[in-house]
Amino acid sequence: MTAAQMGAALRRGELTPRQLLDDARAQVGRLDGSLHAFLARTDELADAQAERAAGMLREDPDGAGPLCGIPVALKDVLCVEGYPTTAGSRILETFRPPYTATAVQRLLDAGAVPMGKTNCDEFAMGSSTENSAFGPVGNPWDLERVPGGSSGGSAAAVGAGMVPISYGTDTGGSIRQPASLSGVVGFKPTYGRVSRYGLIAFASSLDQIGPFAHTVEDAAAAYGAVGGNDPRDSTSVRDAMDDPLATLHDGVRGMRLGLPREYMGEGLEPGVRDRVTEAVRVLEELGASVTEVSLPSTDLGLSTYYVLAPAECSSNLARYDGVRFGRRVERPSLTETYLRTRGEGFGNEVKRRVMLGTYALSSGYYDAYYRRAQRVRTLIAREFDAVFTQVDALVCPTSPKVAFTTGAIQDPVEMYLNDALTIPVNLAGLPGISLPCGFSERLPVGLQVIAPRLCDARVFQVAAAYEAATEWHRQRAPLVSA
Amino acid sequence: MPLSPDEVAHVARLARLGLDEDEQRRIGADLDNILEHISALQRADISDIPETAQVGSLVNVWREDEPEESLTQAEALANAPDTDGQYFKVGAIQE
Amino acid sequence: MTAQTAASPVHTRYEAVIGLEVHAQLLTRSKMFCSCSAAYMTAPPNSNTCPVCLGLPGALPVMNRVAVEMTVRTALALSCEIPPFTKFDRKNYFYPDLPKGYQISQYDLPLSQNGHLEFLVGGEPTRCGITRVHLEEDTGTMHHAGDVLQEATSSLIDLNRCGVPLMEIVGEPDLRSADAAREYLIRLRQILMYIGVNDGNLEEGSLRCDANVSLRPVGATELGTKVEVKNMNSFRAVHRAITFEIERQAGVLDSSGTLVQETRGWVDARGATVSQRSKEMAHDYRYFPEPDLPPLQLDRELVERIRAAIPELPTARAARFAEQYGLSPYDAAVLTGTRADADAYEELVGSGVSAKIAANWQMGDVAALANQHRVGLADSGLGVAGLAALLGLLETGAINGSTAKELLAELYVGGGDPAELVAERGLGQVGDADELGAIVGEVIEANPKACDDFRAGRHAALQSLVGQVMKATRGRADARLVTALLRERLSA
Repeated sequence: MTAAQMGAALRRGELTPRQLLDDARAQVGRLDGSLHAFLARTDELADAQAERAAGMLREDPDGAGPLCGIPVALKDVLCVEGYPTTAGSRILETFRPPYTATAVQRLLDAGAVPMGKTNCDEFAMGSSTENSAFGPVGNPWDLERVPGGSSGGSAAAVGAGMVPISYGTDTGGSIRQPASLSGVVGFKPTYGRVSRYGLIAFASSLDQIGPFAHTVEDAAAAYGAVGGNDPRDSTSVRDAMDDPLATLHDGVRGMRLGLPREYMGEGLEPGVRDRVTEAVRVLEELGASVTEVSLPSTDLGLSTYYVLAPAECSSNLARYDGVRFGRRVERPSLTETYLRTRGEGFGNEVKRRVMLGTYALSSGYYDAYYRRAQRVRTLIAREFDAVFTQVDALVCPTSPKVAFTTGAIQDPVEMYLNDALTIPVNLAGLPGISLPCGFSERLPVGLQVIAPRLCDARVFQVAAAYEAATEWHRQRAPLVSA
Repeated sequence: MPLSPDEVAHVARLARLGLDEDEQRRIGADLDNILEHISALQRADISDIPETAQVGSLVNVWREDEPEESLTQAEALANAPDTDGQYFKVGAIQE
Repeated sequence: MTAQTAASPVHTRYEAVIGLEVHAQLLTRSKMFCSCSAAYMTAPPNSNTCPVCLGLPGALPVMNRVAVEMTVRTALALSCEIPPFTKFDRKNYFYPDLPKGYQISQYDLPLSQNGHLEFLVGGEPTRCGITRVHLEEDTGTMHHAGDVLQEATSSLIDLNRCGVPLMEIVGEPDLRSADAAREYLIRLRQILMYIGVNDGNLEEGSLRCDANVSLRPVGATELGTKVEVKNMNSFRAVHRAITFEIERQAGVLDSSGTLVQETRGWVDARGATVSQRSKEMAHDYRYFPEPDLPPLQLDRELVERIRAAIPELPTARAARFAEQYGLSPYDAAVLTGTRADADAYEELVGSGVSAKIAANWQMGDVAALANQHRVGLADSGLGVAGLAALLGLLETGAINGSTAKELLAELYVGGGDPAELVAERGLGQVGDADELGAIVGEVIEANPKACDDFRAGRHAALQSLVGQVMKATRGRADARLVTALLRERLSA
């Protein structure tokens, strides 16, 4: 059932938030032993919210928003007061934040029912969720395979039908790529649309919170519930939010879409290429004109990202020193305590990136790496600007490949290549969505739609038109139907 | 050019990451591999291109100077590995 | 090296090159990047913090507008340029009093640069360049078990101060003596207090001063090895520490030793600077633009609005006082020492007290009382208006000088209306010639010896007779009139 269907049933009085929560819990109980999508349950909060939602629906069924009474799951990088928030890291195993993230607070105020915190790559660094300190997550379509990452737990929780909506974060593709690999919809908003206050930072200038859902409509509603200016986040966009639901069904007739040549090049699995080509044909049949466009610096995106994101993370993760919170490994001297606390508290990928970022910012290397990467970032953003004078939106693959087997990729650079098609969107701060567009070897393939900054509603409009003309979003993972 | 073991050790110390010898070797090799890959950056034509530290055009984002309530001492200390009841506590600063 | 060279005064052989770095906490109500109160000093440890200043995961900074404006005000008062575009950067280093592992500061594009400060050294007008004034956040405070950091087995951390807005004022190395450094700091502090951005408290550390000191042979242009001196908590300490450091460095150079570029702490009790070298590796702060804060673009209009609100600064005000009120340069400087004093003076004069009387009283008895009671005139029981009323009574002859003095001391603490008190206690000056004439007659009659002495040409005898009249009137008599009456009667 989609969140929209649940909402309708709640308003008709056929279901209660309590029943939806119980069903979701049953599904989690049934599947999560093998899936491991959740790191912690927020049972008391969920119970209280279910009751609160019931009250809201009783008092004002039309005034209650689309998420009222809907069970949701939260990536474990979002602070919820009093509940464990680990970011998938040993170093935060004992941390209970004394405050709640703005996005989560907005969900609570909307009557949503957060049932737990989902598994993720440690500090959101990864493309497979294998970097969680608490163990990997299975892909609902094939438990032997990864769900993508870093928001793998949130993608899998929706993919496995545990919750209709979940939230993740996307720094270089961490929502869109797992959505693609797990056969669900995943949306990364324009940078600054959703407050980052209370989101455990990976790379501040790139991080954005966004939803997973089975349908574009649910994703749009889920985004609408958390978006909008927040005075606690200085990078929060001040322009008024367009209601993504208002233009959802306006279609693509007459719309100019671009297919970036560089996104269909080498490294793409044939099955992915075929599904995306077919999807483009569907959009043309719906009345859109699709032209090939060029974003020549695309291949520099990965390099740029792997300087800027580690540089920011090396600084953002300096606060994990075992003084005010988190795990401490006590040694006779303070410096030794710092070294052991961080050496034992962080996993391999985090250490790798902190090292890389520290190096890129260090004396003598700043100009060659950090400053240079910041300039290439400008170049990449300008190329998007130029292309968007020719087309209204871009369509392309989300991930160059379908879900791979857990443990199959050991080389870091090979792993990083999974995000080659999602990273440029983060560098330019654009909105992007991934939605199911078929299968390759019985594994889901994702179509990515990208629009200019602040044109989040247009992303949903294009995606919804495609979704309405296809049936892929109705397919459920074998795990769910089993 | 690959990083020397001393450079790797220096960066690890700057970042306060306690790495054992094996880790230093492994991560050093990974860094070489990654730096090799991102050397593409050095070939990019970026003359006259300004730097982007953040996207969007926000400037002068500030708040008014109005104090709000703080956390209590108990709340502030609740997550600390070691306190004396009022202060955060750490071991010897000097080695 | 001969014994004579070593014995000749240091300044004849070496020129000291000194630059001061001053950190000033801003007098905002809330912290720099969060809404915790900036009044941290009285709060119990760690009770003045929030997720932002504790550096908790997920917390984000939001700039305090007033802190930015106070920094601009300071920069303008120091004749700095305000560039149209500035930003914040992260300065990365690990220390337990720095929760985020980085300090939000400013690196290559500070809020202001290229200013200067003017002051007097031994009466000579002196100017020191200001490199930059930038804005950052303060750190927490630490208490070490045991007296010496090196021997402490554990340290306690209080994060109440963490995030208080801190302005860094970097001076050019234009100062050439400990005297000059002290005068620079005195003038800088005076200006910061005048424009209301800092409370000037060196002892409690809301104003902090570090000094970079180096020596070079007289006549040389190349700079010598620089030593940074910290932990100077008073003007006296600044002067002593720099004096000590100059002598120490001269000693090393005289004995053909090499100076080490290092940080040294001033230990007041020992009267010496001590090396703070630790095993810690050299710093590499890895500055980069703070991604959590959009940059600042201060347009002309805003800068001019801030400039327009800057009060008249002490040097200009002193010059105007001298000119407008006919005061000596010294008196004008004293009366404009603090903004409160200068305001009080102008209020006194504005309410009709003569410029001379106001100056004499304010610099004399009032200053003594302010010092004695540790409360300025404006905040005293008497207040500026009360003093104006009291001096008005004096000037109209309603009371005499000694009565005014007594009343001032009483009212300064207790407060009250001077005129009412004079009436109530009958303290009005006895200035009536008939009334005084009668008393003068009685005194002449009772002191024949003194009268004879005066007539014999011993003029001192007259003073004793005046004293007798004052005694009889309980000090209220108009002394000039009494003298005149006595002379008249005795020479008749």
